[in-house]
Amino acid sequence: MNADLIIVLPEITLLALACLILIIDAFSKDPAHLLTYWTTQASLLIVLALILFDFPTNTAIAFHGSFVSDAMSATLKAFMCGISCVVFFYSYEYVKERNCVQGEYFVLGLFAVLGMMIMTSAYSLLSVYLGLELLSLSLYAMVAMQRDSSSASEAAMKYFVLGALASGMLLYGISMIYGLTGSLQLMTIAETINVDATNRMYFVYGMIFMIIGIAFKLGAAPFHMWVPDVYQGAPTSVTLFISTAPKIAAFAMAMRVLVDGLMPLISDWQSILIILAVLSMATGNIIAIAQTNIKRMLAYSTIAHVGFLFLGLIAGTLSGFSGSMFYIISYALMSMGAFGMIILLGRNGFEADLLEDFKGLAERNPWFAFVMLCIMFSMAGVPPFLGFWSKWFVLKELVASGFVELAGIAVVFSIIGVYYYLRIIKLMYFDTPNAMTSVKSSKQMRFVLSMNGLLILALGLAPNILMALCLTVLSG
Amino acid sequence: MTFNSLPLLSLLIWTPIIGGIWVLIAGDRQEQTVKYFAFAVAILTFIFSVILYCWFDPDYAGMQFVEEADWITTFNIKYHLGVDGIALPLILLSSFTTILVILAAWEVIEKHISYYMCAFLVLTGLMNGVFAALDAILFYVYWEAMLIPMFLIIGIWGGPNRVYATVKFFLYTFLGSVFMLVAFLYLYSAADSFNIQALHDVPLSLTAQKYIFIAFFLAFAVKIPMWPVHTWLPDAHVEAPTGGSVILAALMLKMGGYGFLRFSLPITPDASLFFNEAMIVLSLIAIVYIGFIALVQEDMKKLIAYSSISHMGFVTLGFFIPFSIMAASGSPASAIMGMEGAMMQMISHGFISAAMFLCVGVMYDRMHSRMIKDYGGVVNSMPYFAAFMMLFAMANAGLPGTSGFVGEFLVILSSFEANFWIAFTAALTLILGAAYTLWLYKRVVFGEITQDAVAKLQDINGRETFILFLLAIVVLIFGIWPAPLFDIMHVTVEQLVQHVSQTKIL
Repeated sequence: MNADLIIVLPEITLLALACLILIIDAFSKDPAHLLTYWTTQASLLIVLALILFDFPTNTAIAFHGSFVSDAMSATLKAFMCGISCVVFFYSYEYVKERNCVQGEYFVLGLFAVLGMMIMTSAYSLLSVYLGLELLSLSLYAMVAMQRDSSSASEAAMKYFVLGALASGMLLYGISMIYGLTGSLQLMTIAETINVDATNRMYFVYGMIFMIIGIAFKLGAAPFHMWVPDVYQGAPTSVTLFISTAPKIAAFAMAMRVLVDGLMPLISDWQSILIILAVLSMATGNIIAIAQTNIKRMLAYSTIAHVGFLFLGLIAGTLSGFSGSMFYIISYALMSMGAFGMIILLGRNGFEADLLEDFKGLAERNPWFAFVMLCIMFSMAGVPPFLGFWSKWFVLKELVASGFVELAGIAVVFSIIGVYYYLRIIKLMYFDTPNAMTSVKSSKQMRFVLSMNGLLILALGLAPNILMALCLTVLSG
Repeated sequence: MTFNSLPLLSLLIWTPIIGGIWVLIAGDRQEQTVKYFAFAVAILTFIFSVILYCWFDPDYAGMQFVEEADWITTFNIKYHLGVDGIALPLILLSSFTTILVILAAWEVIEKHISYYMCAFLVLTGLMNGVFAALDAILFYVYWEAMLIPMFLIIGIWGGPNRVYATVKFFLYTFLGSVFMLVAFLYLYSAADSFNIQALHDVPLSLTAQKYIFIAFFLAFAVKIPMWPVHTWLPDAHVEAPTGGSVILAALMLKMGGYGFLRFSLPITPDASLFFNEAMIVLSLIAIVYIGFIALVQEDMKKLIAYSSISHMGFVTLGFFIPFSIMAASGSPASAIMGMEGAMMQMISHGFISAAMFLCVGVMYDRMHSRMIKDYGGVVNSMPYFAAFMMLFAMANAGLPGTSGFVGEFLVILSSFEANFWIAFTAALTLILGAAYTLWLYKRVVFGEITQDAVAKLQDINGRETFILFLLAIVVLIFGIWPAPLFDIMHVTVEQLVQHVSQTKIL
């Protein structure tokens, strides 16, 4: 077989399986779409197995330099597949409960995962863009899937219009860079910028537009406007998906573009990212305090987390990038747990998306109150939970690179952030419940969510495995 | 060091934590079992700490009972434990106090007794971890993790304004601590290690030391607390349940003091010298100004909380006066005396404030009021209780013969070596402390019975007598014969004074 094809085997497999599932679903008469669901899960597991089975030990480039396979991409893809598995499991519980299972959800989800995998492995600006659009278009459709819901339609519209704008910005930036270097391939771009000192200002010009595109996809302030509306308006199952694996993909895209392609311009993008990071941490943490809807609150918390994620990139060292990678993976795990909890507490006709709905959870269900406590303290960055180590890691690399003041600013905003996480714990533990409704969800859901929470605690007690993994895959 | 095979420090940390988790799993249904089990765990932990004391070699200045294991190999963070003469008394104090706290909750806590016991046991384990950790990051993890049980304790079992108090407590202490974390990260880039002993030896420029000192100051001054960052303490004390107040006053404040001794002074000795006068002024303000504030309180718990802040002023004074002494007379003996006095004050305040809060707790359980005006004439219905409270009030005022006297006396005595006026101002506390404590005692215990409820009060029962009796014994023993405590810490303090008198600037 062609060597190029072996490198993209996971992607090809996923594409073939997604098309197959599309056909299976078209002929399925089962209102629960059980077959679609299970084949989706199976295909993700197959792809995961393929990635892990053929784990790349060195960098391999395919298709004339537009696709790369290295340890970082394989690791991130493995996490995307694994996290998507759990996300689809939570989502299925959500739609099954409400008798609105749609087979397209899973097919679109698989295409989104494919888009993420392409973004992660993209080695030319064209494949970056292709992967990004495949992901984004799938997500727009997923947000809009509940046609009767006006809030979901509004969210989808807003997401689509602003997303298209961001894509336009990105494309404009790409065209600038292409015009200057004559190449779309990231490696060639880096080499050209290194040699060409006269056109530096034009490179920076193109770079700014590309950073806008990346910032939009990650949801960094001031390009965050869509995040709260989409998080709140979309069905919880979709919000859950948007806030987990695609964030990892957006991080991968930032790595590819900024580190692989524009590393010679690091001093320029560092200063831009500093502004974005501080703005994101400020906007996210301060506005989150005023929210009454937990999905919206978590949206602002995402913005704040993205600010923290940038800190590792700003550090500008390999270990700094590892810190960011650690951060985004831990964030995906925590976000998955938080939205999983909203799904667990909800039932048909009741969304549990208001802060009020968490009142007195410790009385109603002590165990899940504890799981939520772990997730919230983890997001706040309190040891011994995973979230502490992710903050610790990026801050450490930031200080090691000499940005001590920025680290100081970051911790001040993280203190502000603690307040709204504490409020959830206050609602669960210190307030009396409005009604003694018990939690009614399936045994599997309870089990998986409990494991999710315990994983956050366990990785917090023994973070070494994940840290070492992030460090080794980046240093090669 | 023949008994090193037994990981005593790990046992001190993990026995209560695992016991606490077991209690939580057992749940509220087996109420009696839970209580007895929690009590047994506390006793077992205390036995471990007594063994630690017996095997401790007071003539050796370095770390003892050292345990070292890999934790986060990627960044060379170790599970590294050890105690010296500064940490050992505090570990003893924390294990001892846990027994009291668990006994004090016996019939009083009706809501979720298993959560309550679990929170306190876990808290004990984490506090032992704080005092035993020799790796800065391990220390930080224990230090911060401890906020979680305390946050829940005040929030779940606290008074009417508990949510405000507990959130304020959490945010205030978190605010201080995160800057300490940044300081650790900065030190790592200088020393390439998180090992506390390595950090003690790393050379630093004066500018760097100043910033690090300020970062540490934010963490420890909030915790201890010093004026003007003390405002969380009265709120937290007033709203916390009795057990929570006891732990806060007896132990959590001591962590701030311990932090100064373990981090600020040895890591940034030149900055400590630089800021020494400012620290002394802040300490004196705490001693005098907060003493006046205590005088006008109408809430018993608030009064004791302010008295705690005032007493902690003595601790910080004792920690920073050695720099002035060395500058004025150059006599290390009085410098050591000042620091030992401050340590003594920490330990003794741990017992006395615990006792005072337990006394208030005894009355609160019966009357459900902390206001001084609701009492008066308690001695008529509770004579035994009044006798105990008399002793503790006297100790709080620093009466010779009680442990409260020893620390204050040593700190004042050594202050004379530095500057007469510092000593004079600090000595004002002997008047102020006596004034607010004894006036409180007079208004609550003596006088005519004005409230019917007071006349119907039942005197303390066997359990309460036992708790107060234990504390009374300790307060008297350390008041009359404090030598065992000084023996433990003398060598370590001597070494510390020697270490901080050497500059770290290259």
